[in-house]
Amino acid sequence: MTETAFFDALLVVTMIGLAIWMIVVRDVFAAIVGFMAFGLLLSLGWLRIEAPDVGLTEIAVGGGATGVMLLRARGLARAGDAMNSVPSVPFRILVGVLAGAVALFLGALVVFPPAVAPTLAPLAAEHLASTGVGNPITAVLMAYRAFDTFLETVVVLLALIGVWSLTPDGAWGARPRVASADVPAPLLLLAQWLVPLGIVIGIYITWVGADEPGGKFQGATILAAMWMLVMMAGLRPAPALSSRRLRIALVVGPAIFIAIGVSGFHFAGAFLAYPDGLAKPLILAIEAGLLISIAAMLGMLLAGPPLEGDRP
Amino acid sequence: MTGATFDTATLYGLCGAALVGIGLFGLVLDPKPIRKILAFNLVGAGVFLVFGVIARRGAAAGFGGDPVPQALVITGIVVAFSATALAVTLVQRLSSAATDAGQPGQAAPVPPKGETGTPGQGDAAS
Repeated sequence: MTETAFFDALLVVTMIGLAIWMIVVRDVFAAIVGFMAFGLLLSLGWLRIEAPDVGLTEIAVGGGATGVMLLRARGLARAGDAMNSVPSVPFRILVGVLAGAVALFLGALVVFPPAVAPTLAPLAAEHLASTGVGNPITAVLMAYRAFDTFLETVVVLLALIGVWSLTPDGAWGARPRVASADVPAPLLLLAQWLVPLGIVIGIYITWVGADEPGGKFQGATILAAMWMLVMMAGLRPAPALSSRRLRIALVVGPAIFIAIGVSGFHFAGAFLAYPDGLAKPLILAIEAGLLISIAAMLGMLLAGPPLEGDRP
Repeated sequence: MTGATFDTATLYGLCGAALVGIGLFGLVLDPKPIRKILAFNLVGAGVFLVFGVIARRGAAAGFGGDPVPQALVITGIVVAFSATALAVTLVQRLSSAATDAGQPGQAAPVPPKGETGTPGQGDAAS
Protein backbone atom coordinates (compact mmCIF):
# COMPACT_ATOMS: atom_id res chain seq x y z
CA MET A 1 0.00 0.00 0.00
CA THR A 2 2.67 2.48 1.00
CA GLU A 3 4.80 1.43 -1.97
CA THR A 4 2.02 2.29 -4.40
CA ALA A 5 1.37 5.58 -2.61
CA PHE A 6 5.09 6.35 -2.90
CA PHE A 7 5.00 5.42 -6.58
CA ASP A 8 1.97 7.65 -7.18
CA ALA A 9 3.60 10.60 -5.43
CA LEU A 10 6.83 10.12 -7.36
CA LEU A 11 4.96 9.86 -10.66
CA VAL A 12 2.88 12.97 -10.02
CA VAL A 13 5.88 15.02 -8.89
CA THR A 14 7.88 13.92 -11.96
CA MET A 15 5.01 14.76 -14.30
CA ILE A 16 4.52 18.22 -12.83
CA GLY A 17 8.28 18.79 -12.86
CA LEU A 18 8.46 17.76 -16.54
CA ALA A 19 5.51 20.01 -17.37
CA ILE A 20 7.18 23.03 -15.75
CA TRP A 21 10.47 22.18 -17.45
CA MET A 22 8.68 21.95 -20.81
CA ILE A 23 7.43 25.51 -20.37
CA VAL A 24 10.65 27.09 -19.09
CA VAL A 25 13.37 25.26 -21.06
CA ARG A 26 14.73 27.42 -23.88
CA ASP A 27 15.46 24.69 -26.40
CA VAL A 28 12.33 23.70 -28.33
CA PHE A 29 13.69 20.26 -29.20
CA ALA A 30 14.22 19.56 -25.49
CA ALA A 31 10.69 20.72 -24.71
CA ILE A 32 9.20 18.37 -27.31
CA VAL A 33 11.24 15.39 -26.12
CA GLY A 34 10.12 16.31 -22.59
CA PHE A 35 6.54 16.23 -23.83
CA MET A 36 7.00 12.71 -25.22
CA ALA A 37 8.49 11.51 -21.92
CA PHE A 38 5.61 13.20 -20.16
CA GLY A 39 3.18 11.22 -22.36
CA LEU A 40 4.80 7.95 -21.26
CA LEU A 41 4.49 8.89 -17.58
CA LEU A 42 0.94 10.11 -18.03
CA SER A 43 -0.10 6.76 -19.48
CA LEU A 44 1.27 5.10 -16.34
CA GLY A 45 -0.94 7.51 -14.41
CA TRP A 46 -3.94 6.39 -16.45
CA LEU A 47 -3.21 2.80 -15.43
CA ARG A 48 -3.19 3.90 -11.79
CA ILE A 49 -6.71 5.31 -12.07
CA GLU A 50 -8.02 2.13 -13.67
CA ALA A 51 -8.21 3.39 -17.25
CA PRO A 52 -5.91 1.10 -19.27
CA ASP A 53 -7.72 1.87 -22.54
CA VAL A 54 -7.05 5.57 -22.10
CA GLY A 55 -3.46 4.77 -21.09
CA LEU A 56 -2.91 2.91 -24.38
CA THR A 57 -4.40 5.80 -26.34
CA GLU A 58 -2.29 8.35 -24.47
CA ILE A 59 0.94 6.46 -25.00
CA ALA A 60 0.25 6.01 -28.73
CA VAL A 61 -1.56 9.15 -29.78
CA GLY A 62 -1.12 11.71 -27.00
CA GLY A 63 2.59 11.36 -26.36
CA GLY A 64 3.98 9.48 -29.34
CA ALA A 65 2.20 10.72 -32.44
CA THR A 66 1.75 14.29 -31.17
CA GLY A 67 5.45 14.43 -30.27
CA VAL A 68 6.50 13.22 -33.73
CA MET A 69 4.20 15.81 -35.27
CA LEU A 70 5.73 18.62 -33.20
CA LEU A 71 9.25 17.44 -34.05
CA ARG A 72 8.37 17.81 -37.73
CA ALA A 73 7.79 21.50 -37.15
CA ARG A 74 10.39 22.24 -34.51
CA GLY A 75 12.60 24.18 -36.92
CA LEU A 76 9.84 26.74 -37.23
CA ALA A 77 10.43 27.95 -33.73
CA ARG A 78 13.73 29.32 -34.98
CA ALA A 79 12.22 30.60 -38.22
CA GLY A 80 9.64 32.43 -36.15
CA ASP A 81 12.21 34.27 -34.10
CA ALA A 82 10.39 37.48 -34.86
CA MET A 83 7.67 36.30 -32.51
CA ASN A 84 10.04 36.54 -29.63
CA SER A 85 8.86 39.53 -27.68
CA VAL A 86 9.16 38.69 -24.00
CA PRO A 87 6.12 39.87 -22.00
CA SER A 88 6.70 42.36 -19.21
CA VAL A 89 7.12 41.16 -15.64
CA PRO A 90 3.78 42.54 -14.31
CA PHE A 91 1.96 40.83 -17.17
CA ARG A 92 3.72 37.55 -16.40
CA ILE A 93 2.75 37.83 -12.74
CA LEU A 94 -0.84 38.56 -13.73
CA VAL A 95 -0.97 35.51 -16.03
CA GLY A 96 0.67 33.40 -13.34
CA VAL A 97 -1.96 34.44 -10.80
CA LEU A 98 -4.84 33.78 -13.21
CA ALA A 99 -3.48 30.40 -14.33
CA GLY A 100 -2.91 29.52 -10.68
CA ALA A 101 -6.51 30.51 -9.89
CA VAL A 102 -7.83 28.19 -12.61
CA ALA A 103 -5.67 25.35 -11.27
CA LEU A 104 -6.83 26.01 -7.68
CA PHE A 105 -10.47 26.05 -8.76
CA LEU A 106 -10.07 22.72 -10.58
CA GLY A 107 -8.18 21.35 -7.58
CA ALA A 108 -11.03 22.39 -5.28
CA LEU A 109 -13.49 20.56 -7.54
CA VAL A 110 -11.31 17.46 -7.27
CA VAL A 111 -10.90 17.64 -3.48
CA PHE A 112 -14.56 18.39 -2.77
CA PRO A 113 -16.55 16.19 -5.14
CA PRO A 114 -20.34 15.89 -5.05
CA ALA A 115 -21.62 13.59 -2.28
CA VAL A 116 -22.79 11.01 -4.82
CA ALA A 117 -20.37 10.57 -7.70
CA PRO A 118 -22.31 10.65 -10.99
CA THR A 119 -21.90 7.44 -12.94
CA LEU A 120 -23.33 5.67 -15.96
CA ALA A 121 -21.44 2.45 -15.23
CA PRO A 122 -24.50 0.43 -14.06
CA LEU A 123 -26.37 1.35 -17.26
CA ALA A 124 -23.34 0.43 -19.35
CA ALA A 125 -23.08 -2.92 -17.56
CA GLU A 126 -26.79 -3.67 -17.86
CA HIS A 127 -26.83 -3.82 -21.65
CA LEU A 128 -23.29 -5.05 -22.19
CA ALA A 129 -24.43 -8.59 -23.02
CA SER A 130 -26.67 -7.38 -25.86
CA THR A 131 -23.71 -5.76 -27.65
CA GLY A 132 -21.70 -8.98 -27.65
CA VAL A 133 -18.49 -7.21 -26.64
CA GLY A 134 -16.86 -7.62 -23.23
CA ASN A 135 -14.98 -4.32 -22.97
CA PRO A 136 -17.45 -1.67 -21.72
CA ILE A 137 -15.43 1.12 -23.36
CA THR A 138 -15.71 -0.56 -26.76
CA ALA A 139 -19.43 -0.93 -26.07
CA VAL A 140 -19.68 2.81 -25.39
CA LEU A 141 -17.63 3.72 -28.46
CA MET A 142 -19.26 1.31 -30.88
CA ALA A 143 -22.80 0.75 -29.58
CA TYR A 144 -24.14 3.19 -26.97
CA ARG A 145 -22.45 6.26 -28.40
CA ALA A 146 -21.56 5.03 -31.88
CA PHE A 147 -22.72 8.35 -33.29
CA ASP A 148 -19.93 10.17 -31.41
CA THR A 149 -17.35 7.74 -32.73
CA PHE A 150 -18.67 8.19 -36.25
CA LEU A 151 -18.39 11.97 -35.98
CA GLU A 152 -14.92 11.59 -34.47
CA THR A 153 -13.61 9.73 -37.52
CA VAL A 154 -15.15 12.43 -39.71
CA VAL A 155 -13.38 15.09 -37.61
CA VAL A 156 -10.04 13.34 -38.17
CA LEU A 157 -10.79 13.19 -41.90
CA LEU A 158 -11.71 16.89 -41.90
CA ALA A 159 -8.44 17.70 -40.14
CA LEU A 160 -6.59 15.81 -42.88
CA ILE A 161 -8.50 17.74 -45.56
CA GLY A 162 -7.52 20.92 -43.73
CA VAL A 163 -3.86 19.87 -43.69
CA TRP A 164 -3.95 18.94 -47.37
CA SER A 165 -5.62 22.19 -48.32
CA LEU A 166 -2.53 24.00 -47.01
CA THR A 167 -0.49 22.45 -49.82
CA PRO A 168 1.20 25.13 -51.96
CA ASP A 169 -0.53 25.49 -55.35
CA GLY A 170 2.30 24.05 -57.42
CA ALA A 171 2.70 20.99 -55.24
CA TRP A 172 -0.93 19.91 -55.19
CA GLY A 173 -1.32 16.17 -55.72
CA ALA A 174 2.37 15.45 -55.04
CA ARG A 175 3.79 12.99 -52.55
CA PRO A 176 4.59 14.40 -49.11
CA ARG A 177 8.35 14.22 -48.57
CA VAL A 178 9.05 12.13 -45.50
CA ALA A 179 12.37 10.33 -46.06
CA SER A 180 15.53 12.37 -45.62
CA ALA A 181 18.13 12.41 -48.40
CA ASP A 182 20.35 9.81 -46.76
CA VAL A 183 18.69 7.36 -44.44
CA PRO A 184 20.79 6.25 -41.44
CA ALA A 185 21.52 2.52 -41.57
CA PRO A 186 20.06 1.79 -38.10
CA LEU A 187 16.74 3.38 -39.15
CA LEU A 188 16.67 1.18 -42.24
CA LEU A 189 17.34 -1.92 -40.15
CA LEU A 190 14.67 -0.91 -37.63
CA ALA A 191 12.12 -0.37 -40.39
CA GLN A 192 12.88 -3.77 -41.87
CA TRP A 193 12.68 -5.69 -38.59
CA LEU A 194 10.13 -3.81 -36.51
CA VAL A 195 7.42 -3.17 -39.08
CA PRO A 196 6.21 -6.78 -39.54
CA LEU A 197 6.01 -7.19 -35.76
CA GLY A 198 4.31 -3.82 -35.38
CA ILE A 199 1.63 -4.70 -37.92
CA VAL A 200 0.82 -7.91 -36.03
CA ILE A 201 0.67 -6.01 -32.73
CA GLY A 202 -1.53 -3.27 -34.21
CA ILE A 203 -4.05 -5.76 -35.56
CA TYR A 204 -3.93 -7.77 -32.32
CA ILE A 205 -4.66 -4.71 -30.18
CA THR A 206 -7.64 -3.88 -32.36
CA TRP A 207 -8.97 -7.43 -32.26
CA VAL A 208 -8.51 -7.88 -28.52
CA GLY A 209 -10.20 -4.50 -27.93
CA ALA A 210 -13.60 -6.18 -28.09
CA ASP A 211 -13.06 -7.80 -24.71
CA GLU A 212 -9.84 -6.42 -23.22
CA PRO A 213 -8.21 -3.00 -23.13
CA GLY A 214 -7.34 -1.97 -26.68
CA GLY A 215 -9.27 -0.96 -29.75
CA LYS A 216 -9.10 0.45 -33.23
CA PHE A 217 -7.68 3.88 -32.31
CA GLN A 218 -4.74 2.38 -30.46
CA GLY A 219 -4.22 -0.32 -33.11
CA ALA A 220 -4.52 2.18 -35.97
CA THR A 221 -1.94 4.46 -34.35
CA ILE A 222 0.54 1.59 -34.19
CA LEU A 223 -0.13 0.78 -37.85
CA ALA A 224 0.29 4.45 -38.75
CA ALA A 225 3.59 4.53 -36.85
CA MET A 226 4.82 1.47 -38.76
CA TRP A 227 3.80 3.06 -42.05
CA MET A 228 5.62 6.23 -41.02
CA LEU A 229 8.73 4.17 -40.26
CA VAL A 230 8.60 2.60 -43.72
CA MET A 231 8.25 6.03 -45.33
CA MET A 232 11.00 7.59 -43.21
CA ALA A 233 13.41 4.78 -44.06
CA GLY A 234 12.62 5.34 -47.73
CA LEU A 235 11.49 1.73 -48.24
CA ARG A 236 8.29 3.03 -49.82
CA PRO A 237 7.50 6.64 -50.71
CA ALA A 238 4.47 8.36 -49.24
CA PRO A 239 1.46 8.03 -51.55
CA ALA A 240 0.58 11.01 -53.72
CA LEU A 241 -2.38 13.04 -52.46
CA SER A 242 -4.12 12.34 -55.74
CA SER A 243 -3.74 8.56 -55.33
CA ARG A 244 -7.08 6.82 -55.72
CA ARG A 245 -6.05 3.88 -53.53
CA LEU A 246 -5.13 6.24 -50.72
CA ARG A 247 -8.45 8.04 -50.94
CA ILE A 248 -10.38 4.75 -50.91
CA ALA A 249 -8.43 3.67 -47.82
CA LEU A 250 -9.30 6.97 -46.15
CA VAL A 251 -13.05 6.70 -46.65
CA VAL A 252 -13.68 2.95 -46.46
CA GLY A 253 -14.18 2.99 -42.68
CA PRO A 254 -16.58 5.94 -42.49
CA ALA A 255 -18.39 4.53 -45.56
CA ILE A 256 -18.97 1.16 -43.88
CA PHE A 257 -20.02 3.01 -40.74
CA ILE A 258 -22.60 5.08 -42.65
CA ALA A 259 -23.86 2.04 -44.61
CA ILE A 260 -24.43 -0.01 -41.45
CA GLY A 261 -25.83 3.05 -39.69
CA VAL A 262 -28.37 3.79 -42.40
CA SER A 263 -29.38 0.15 -42.75
CA GLY A 264 -30.14 0.35 -39.03
CA PHE A 265 -33.21 2.40 -39.97
CA HIS A 266 -34.56 -0.55 -41.87
CA PHE A 267 -33.48 -3.48 -39.70
CA ALA A 268 -33.49 -2.07 -36.18
CA GLY A 269 -35.58 1.08 -36.32
CA ALA A 270 -32.92 3.74 -35.75
CA PHE A 271 -29.73 5.20 -37.20
CA LEU A 272 -26.74 3.12 -36.04
CA ALA A 273 -28.96 0.64 -34.21
CA TYR A 274 -27.84 -2.98 -34.61
CA PRO A 275 -30.34 -5.84 -35.10
CA ASP A 276 -30.49 -8.34 -32.20
CA GLY A 277 -27.73 -10.90 -32.28
CA LEU A 278 -25.84 -9.17 -35.08
CA ALA A 279 -24.24 -6.44 -32.95
CA LYS A 280 -20.87 -8.14 -32.55
CA PRO A 281 -20.25 -9.01 -36.24
CA LEU A 282 -21.40 -5.55 -37.34
CA ILE A 283 -19.16 -3.87 -34.76
CA LEU A 284 -16.23 -5.98 -35.98
CA ALA A 285 -16.96 -5.04 -39.61
CA ILE A 286 -17.01 -1.33 -38.72
CA GLU A 287 -13.85 -1.65 -36.64
CA ALA A 288 -12.00 -3.43 -39.45
CA GLY A 289 -12.89 -0.66 -41.90
CA LEU A 290 -12.09 2.05 -39.40
CA LEU A 291 -8.73 0.44 -38.61
CA ILE A 292 -7.65 0.90 -42.23
CA SER A 293 -9.08 4.40 -42.54
CA ILE A 294 -7.81 5.75 -39.22
CA ALA A 295 -4.35 4.28 -39.83
CA ALA A 296 -4.31 5.99 -43.25
CA MET A 297 -5.59 9.28 -41.79
CA LEU A 298 -3.09 9.33 -38.91
CA GLY A 299 -0.23 8.32 -41.21
CA MET A 300 -1.00 11.10 -43.69
CA LEU A 301 -1.49 13.62 -40.87
CA LEU A 302 1.97 12.67 -39.58
CA ALA A 303 3.47 12.93 -43.08
CA GLY A 304 2.00 16.39 -43.56
CA PRO A 305 1.29 18.11 -46.88
CA PRO A 306 3.76 18.28 -49.78
CA LEU A 307 5.95 21.37 -49.53
CA GLU A 308 6.80 24.04 -52.02
CA GLY A 309 9.04 22.69 -54.73
CA ASP A 310 7.45 19.23 -54.73
CA ARG A 311 6.04 18.35 -58.12
CA PRO A 312 3.27 15.84 -58.75
CA MET B 1 -16.14 9.26 -2.00
CA THR B 2 -17.80 11.93 0.11
CA GLY B 3 -16.26 15.06 1.56
CA ALA B 4 -12.55 15.70 1.46
CA THR B 5 -11.17 12.17 1.38
CA PHE B 6 -7.68 11.90 -0.04
CA ASP B 7 -6.99 8.88 -2.21
CA THR B 8 -5.10 7.95 -5.37
CA ALA B 9 -7.76 9.49 -7.60
CA THR B 10 -7.58 12.79 -5.69
CA LEU B 11 -3.81 12.89 -6.12
CA TYR B 12 -4.06 12.44 -9.88
CA GLY B 13 -6.94 14.91 -10.04
CA LEU B 14 -4.77 17.54 -8.36
CA CYS B 15 -2.00 16.67 -10.79
CA GLY B 16 -4.44 17.29 -13.67
CA ALA B 17 -5.44 20.65 -12.17
CA ALA B 18 -1.77 21.66 -11.84
CA LEU B 19 -1.11 20.64 -15.46
CA VAL B 20 -3.96 22.87 -16.65
CA GLY B 21 -2.48 25.81 -14.74
CA ILE B 22 1.07 25.21 -16.02
CA GLY B 23 -0.19 24.75 -19.58
CA LEU B 24 -2.29 27.94 -19.48
CA PHE B 25 0.71 29.89 -18.23
CA GLY B 26 2.85 28.68 -21.13
CA LEU B 27 0.03 29.12 -23.64
CA VAL B 28 -0.43 32.79 -22.83
CA LEU B 29 3.17 33.80 -22.23
CA ASP B 30 5.28 31.86 -24.72
CA PRO B 31 5.51 33.88 -27.94
CA LYS B 32 6.52 30.96 -30.19
CA PRO B 33 3.58 29.31 -31.98
CA ILE B 34 5.02 25.80 -31.75
CA ARG B 35 5.41 26.15 -27.99
CA LYS B 36 1.88 27.48 -27.69
CA ILE B 37 0.70 24.28 -29.36
CA LEU B 38 2.82 22.27 -26.92
CA ALA B 39 1.37 24.16 -23.95
CA PHE B 40 -2.13 23.72 -25.32
CA ASN B 41 -1.58 19.96 -25.40
CA LEU B 42 -0.49 20.19 -21.77
CA VAL B 43 -3.79 21.90 -20.88
CA GLY B 44 -5.59 19.14 -22.75
CA ALA B 45 -3.70 16.43 -20.87
CA GLY B 46 -4.68 18.07 -17.57
CA VAL B 47 -8.35 18.34 -18.51
CA PHE B 48 -8.40 14.69 -19.61
CA LEU B 49 -6.78 13.63 -16.36
CA VAL B 50 -9.36 15.51 -14.25
CA PHE B 51 -12.09 13.90 -16.33
CA GLY B 52 -10.45 10.50 -15.85
CA VAL B 53 -10.58 11.03 -12.10
CA ILE B 54 -14.30 11.74 -12.37
CA ALA B 55 -14.58 8.45 -14.27
CA ARG B 56 -12.61 6.67 -11.53
CA ARG B 57 -14.97 7.98 -8.87
CA GLY B 58 -17.92 6.73 -10.86
CA ALA B 59 -16.60 3.16 -10.54
CA ALA B 60 -19.57 0.80 -10.20
CA ALA B 61 -20.99 -2.44 -11.53
CA GLY B 62 -17.62 -4.16 -11.27
CA PHE B 63 -15.81 -1.69 -13.56
CA GLY B 64 -12.72 0.16 -12.36
CA GLY B 65 -14.21 3.39 -13.67
CA ASP B 66 -17.23 4.79 -15.46
CA PRO B 67 -16.67 3.69 -19.09
CA VAL B 68 -18.58 6.62 -20.60
CA PRO B 69 -16.16 9.42 -19.61
CA GLN B 70 -13.25 7.09 -20.36
CA ALA B 71 -14.53 6.58 -23.90
CA LEU B 72 -15.01 10.34 -24.21
CA VAL B 73 -11.40 10.92 -23.17
CA ILE B 74 -10.19 8.45 -25.83
CA THR B 75 -12.23 10.38 -28.40
CA GLY B 76 -10.82 13.61 -26.99
CA ILE B 77 -7.19 12.48 -27.29
CA VAL B 78 -7.67 11.54 -30.95
CA VAL B 79 -9.45 14.81 -31.76
CA ALA B 80 -6.74 16.78 -29.93
CA PHE B 81 -4.15 15.03 -32.10
CA SER B 82 -6.03 15.99 -35.28
CA ALA B 83 -6.31 19.60 -34.14
CA THR B 84 -2.59 19.63 -33.31
CA ALA B 85 -1.80 18.30 -36.79
CA LEU B 86 -3.83 21.08 -38.38
CA ALA B 87 -2.27 23.72 -36.11
CA VAL B 88 1.27 22.53 -36.81
CA THR B 89 0.65 22.61 -40.56
CA LEU B 90 -0.88 26.09 -40.35
CA VAL B 91 2.18 27.36 -38.46
CA GLN B 92 4.43 25.67 -41.01
CA ARG B 93 2.66 27.42 -43.89
CA LEU B 94 2.55 30.74 -42.08
CA SER B 95 6.27 30.52 -41.50
CA SER B 96 7.13 29.64 -45.11
CA ALA B 97 4.76 32.32 -46.44
CA ALA B 98 6.35 34.93 -44.18
CA THR B 99 9.83 33.83 -45.25
CA ASP B 100 8.96 34.01 -48.94
CA ALA B 101 7.33 37.41 -48.70
CA GLY B 102 10.05 38.64 -46.37
CA GLN B 103 7.58 40.89 -44.60
CA PRO B 104 4.04 40.98 -43.10
CA GLY B 105 3.08 38.75 -40.24
CA GLN B 106 6.61 38.67 -38.96
CA ALA B 107 8.26 42.06 -38.96
CA ALA B 108 11.87 41.26 -38.07
CA PRO B 109 14.29 39.49 -40.44
CA VAL B 110 13.97 35.74 -40.55
CA PRO B 111 16.93 33.36 -40.88
CA PRO B 112 17.41 31.71 -44.27
CA LYS B 113 15.40 28.61 -45.01
CA GLY B 114 18.37 26.29 -44.87
CA GLU B 115 18.53 26.83 -41.13
CA THR B 116 14.97 25.92 -40.34
CA GLY B 117 15.96 22.35 -39.59
CA THR B 118 12.78 20.90 -41.05
CA PRO B 119 13.61 18.05 -43.40
CA GLY B 120 12.78 18.89 -46.96
CA GLN B 121 12.50 22.61 -46.45
CA GLY B 122 16.04 23.42 -47.39
CA ASP B 123 15.37 23.53 -51.12
CA ALA B 124 11.93 24.99 -50.84
CA ALA B 125 12.90 28.54 -51.82
CA SER B 126 10.91 29.69 -54.79
